[in-house]
Formats: sequence, C-alpha cells, structure tokens
Amino acid sequence: MTRSDGWAATIDAVAIPVLAILVALILFGAFVAVHGVDPFAAYRLMFEGAFGSAFSWQNSLLRSAPLILTALCTALPARAGLVVIGAEGALALGGLAAAAVGHLLDGAGGTVTITMMGIAAAIVGGAWVALAGALRYWRGVNETIASLLLVYIAIALFNHLVEGLLRDPASLNKPSTPPIAEDAMIGSIPGLDVHWGLVAGLVLCLAFWVLIERTTTGFAIRLIGDNPKAAKLAGLRLGGYILAVCGLGGAAAGLAGLYEVAAVHGQANASLLVGYGFTGILVSFLARHNPLAIIPVAILIGGIGASGGLLQRRLDLPDAAVLVLQGILFVTILASETMYGRIRWRLPRIVAERRAA
Amino acid sequence: MSTAADALGWWGVPLAVLGGAIRVSTPFLFVSLGECLTERAGRINLGLEGTLIMGAMSGYATALHTGSPWAGVLVAGLAGLVFGLLHGAICSLPRVNDIAVGIGLMLLGTGLAFFLGKPYIQPKAPGLPALELGWWSSIPQVQAALKINALFLIGAVCAPIMLWWLKNARTGLVVRTVGDSADAARALGFPVIATRIWATAAGGFLAGVGGAFLSLYYPGSWSEGLSSGQGITAVALVIFARWNPMGCLYASLLFGGAGALGPALQSVGVTQGYYLFNALPYALTLGVMIIACSPRRTLAGAPGELGVTN
Repeated sequence: MTRSDGWAATIDAVAIPVLAILVALILFGAFVAVHGVDPFAAYRLMFEGAFGSAFSWQNSLLRSAPLILTALCTALPARAGLVVIGAEGALALGGLAAAAVGHLLDGAGGTVTITMMGIAAAIVGGAWVALAGALRYWRGVNETIASLLLVYIAIALFNHLVEGLLRDPASLNKPSTPPIAEDAMIGSIPGLDVHWGLVAGLVLCLAFWVLIERTTTGFAIRLIGDNPKAAKLAGLRLGGYILAVCGLGGAAAGLAGLYEVAAVHGQANASLLVGYGFTGILVSFLARHNPLAIIPVAILIGGIGASGGLLQRRLDLPDAAVLVLQGILFVTILASETMYGRIRWRLPRIVAERRAA
Repeated sequence: MSTAADALGWWGVPLAVLGGAIRVSTPFLFVSLGECLTERAGRINLGLEGTLIMGAMSGYATALHTGSPWAGVLVAGLAGLVFGLLHGAICSLPRVNDIAVGIGLMLLGTGLAFFLGKPYIQPKAPGLPALELGWWSSIPQVQAALKINALFLIGAVCAPIMLWWLKNARTGLVVRTVGDSADAARALGFPVIATRIWATAAGGFLAGVGGAFLSLYYPGSWSEGLSSGQGITAVALVIFARWNPMGCLYASLLFGGAGALGPALQSVGVTQGYYLFNALPYALTLGVMIIACSPRRTLAGAPGELGVTN
C-alpha cells in the first residue's frame, strides 16, 4: 500500500483526495447543469455559504463539530480493519441518555449535571457500537450490516422513549424530552458562536491520533487492521482491541449527541436525527480514517452542508442537492483508492539531485 | 358483513400478518434475490438500499408520466441496473473495497432519489393491480389478506428459476465458479470481472423492481421515508438464506410477517410500542445473524470469494 519512498506517498495522500474532490465537483456541476442551473453560480454560492463570511464560517464550524465526533466512530474501528457505520444510532441514544440524565439531575448544579450527562452519553454511545464489535468478534457477524441494523433499532428505541416514557407532556406538536436546566446548558467558545463540541472534537482527534500513531496500543490496532493473522500469531488479544476501538468510536458519537442536546437543542427530539452519523462515514473515508485529517475534511463537508440553504433559496435546487454532492464525493473518493502508488510523481530536478548527493 | 368482520376480533391479527407477510415481503424478496445473485458471483453490494429507493422514485415518476405502472416497474429495474453496473465497474478497479463502495452508492442513491423525486411527492400515480384471490369469502379481512400483487408472484417464480439456473445452466455454473474461486474461474477461461459486473447489474435490476413495488403498490406512494432499511435487511437476509434463492423466498416471507405485525396489532387497537414493532424486522435480522454466523468456520453455502463472512 505505502511506497518505500515516503515523499511520493505523502504527495499521494494530499493530491489524490484533492483530485477526487475536483472530479466530484465537476460531476456535480454537470448534474445541476442538466437541471438548468449554472454550475458556476452553484460553486460560487457553495463557497459563499460555506466560507464566504464570518457568519457562514460559524455555520460551517457548528456543523463540523458533530461530524468530527461521528467520523471518529468510523475512523477508529477502520484502523483495526472494521467497517462500522453505526454512528447515527450512537448519536441518537447518547443524546437521549444525556437528556434523561440532565432531566433527572435537575437542580444538582451545572458542572455536576454536564459531567454526568457527558459520561452517560459516552457510555451509552460506546456500548451501542461496541455491541457491533462484540458480535463481530464472538459471533462472526458482519460488523457493517450489524452496525447499520443497530442504527435502525436505536432510532426506533429513541422514538419509542421520546414519545413515551421520556416525553415532556408540554411538548404537543413535536414530542420531546423535558428541557434541561439553563445552568446545565453548554455555552459557546468565547468570541465564537460555536459550542464547545468543536473543541472536544479537536482534542479527541488529537488524542486518538497519538493513540493510533504513537503508542504500542495503536501499533497493535494497526497490526490487527493490516494483518489479523499476524496479530493473532503475535499473541494479541483481538477481542479486547476490537471492543476498545468500537467503544471509543461509539463514545465519540455519543458525545456528538450530548452537544446536540446540551448545546444546540436543549432537549432530545427528532431534530437530533438529521443524518450527522451518516455524513460522518463520508468524512472518515475522505480523511482515510486519519484522525487529524478528519478535522479539515469535517469543516469542508460541514461547509457544504451549511451552503445547502443558500443553494435552495437562490437557485431553487432541492435541499437534497447537498446529499447528491456528498454521494458523488463518496463514490469518487472510493474509486480514487485505486490510484495510490500508481502515479509517478516527479521531484523537481534540483531536489532529486540534492537527495541523490 | 361488518358483523362477520367484528366477530373476527383478535383472529384478525394472524390473518393480517399472513396477508401482510405477502405484501411486506415483496421488496425483501426482490432485493434478496438480487443480492443473492451478486454474492454468488463473489461481490457484496450494500448499495441496494439506495438502489431500492432509486427504483421506488423512478418507477413512481414513470408510472405518473406514462400512466402505466408496468412501464414504471421496467424503468425502476433499469435504474437499478445502472446502479449495479456502476458498483460492478468501480469495484473492478484494483484495491477498491466493495463494502465501502456499497455505502457510497447507498448515500448517492438516496440523495439522487430525494433530489429528483421532489416533484412527485404530491401527485398520485396509477398503482400496480392486485389479484383478488379472496373472492370466495365474504369477510373483508380475508379478502384483504388474499389480495396478492402480481409482482409477488413474479418474484416467487423467479426464486426456483434462479435456483435451477445456478445449478444447471452453463452461465449459472460460470457465476458460481467465479464466486467460489476467481483463480479456478480464470484457469477455466471464464471472464471473472465481466461476470461479476453483470451479476451486480442484474442484482441491481431486481432491487430496482423491488423499489417499484414500494411506491406503486404498498405503501403505494412516493415519499422520502419510503424505505428505511428494507434494502440492508434484505442483504443480511441472504446470509440467513445461505445464498439459496428458495431460502430467500422463505426468509422474505418470515421477515414480511414480522414487519406486518406492528400494523396488524395497531388495527385491533394496540398502539403501545408502535415504533418497537416497526423495528422488529431489524432486531429479527440481527438475531438470525447472531445464530446463523460463526467466528470459527465459513458458513455452509457461502461463496468462497465473498468478503462478508470471513
């Protein structure tokens, strides 16, 4: 997979995704052109809506926070060779757990409540995704299918509880859990209208990058992903590592639910389920499951999402235009996998000569 | 007549489940037959969830514009065929993972269907006709349960034909060999990549037809919430069916019955746990996968080239 000459692999890692994104943008432009929309107007509006002003930057960052956290739910297991796509379920149940704990501890004081809400969200999200890992390890059940089935089951559980046991009787038109107390709400980063979930995402990305790339545990995880037979021969206990990567990833997605509840909506309801878990899969693949690369990719994809409203208002495109672009992007990025190590980059002669010397 | 209906009482539940099993199972049946064919050639296509939605949308739009639901079924199949070809072609590139491409096409199919389907949410397209096999009874529930759609019968006939074809036809042998060992297939001079692409395309066609059933018969209209997970459930069901087309038929009926339980109970006034009953097919799928799979051995009947069971 990787080439012996490191510089070419580095160029690959940057140039190929950029190329795939360009191809996806061209294909998307052709798609909207067929529908009578000027593709260049669409590109300009997308940039404007995503990064054109301080307001749009804020909007993009706000959307990127849950994407960073849900992308980790796919990225961590992926490094151990598992394709897990269950972040949406962990987000739903994590958010619900946070809302329930927030309601139970009403009046216990802000810091205590927020901490307990975070712990509950991480544990519930982690356990839910670890279940897919456990089924994979002990029963040989395909983790991709299992994690997606768990998403549907989680959403059913979520709706069942929000419309039943945990419903706030005052929420008439839109069934919701009781609102959490004012002092238990998570505020914004000073100077930005973006909540602390973004910082949590950045910190977790950094921590997971160190874990994967710079520790023996991470080395074991990568070995399991690259060559499970060798890992087994080396005496690694695969089950523990599989549970750990799935559990940590699920905990990150559960925290995405916490911030959606405690920093954005103030309660758990259907507004949580807008597909951050599914878009996170795309972010993880686009970042090639590298926790540090997830950050810029999530901001880019969050920006595309943020520009959806503008495309809808100005160009009369359906809101699903963003989904189409995301789908095209996903397919081009996967097809581009085939290019790694096959492009012969040429070093500028002067650099090559200096290296040879 | 209404007294006869009321007299049924709780007996209406198993009856509604039976009728519902046939009705709800049809999309499962088509998707699982399509996936069965694809997997027998050694590829897994998780994108059939997106194909199903794309088929539902394109079938509905075509039926609306032409006035013919059967033209809708055909176009839905062709849309599925295109998605299958796309999956097959991309996966034929070296080092491209078929499971990941399936996830990508799942999102792309959903997005495209939502985008193109916006104008079709309101208007009413002509639906597929049903055969009234309950004409002999005066009880409306019996009549409703035995109202069977022609597509179900077509699917039910496809299953044994596919089984026979895989076992006895030369092309069926090619598909099985390619799925069990690409090296052996190459040694025999069979075209491995072309076979896989066409098996995926044909599988996509079937899944598209399954989607047309959703929008043109039951529930019978196009909306964005039309399919949530039927496609992926059907993919899992193929494992349960041990890659046998007849097994796909039986498993689809079982899952259709599970899916019909919620609405059936609701019709007799049980509204508690509505969402949980709707999640029953997914829980059942997970349950049978836990029972059917094993960490130690390859499953009986699993194509050797398949990445889904290792």
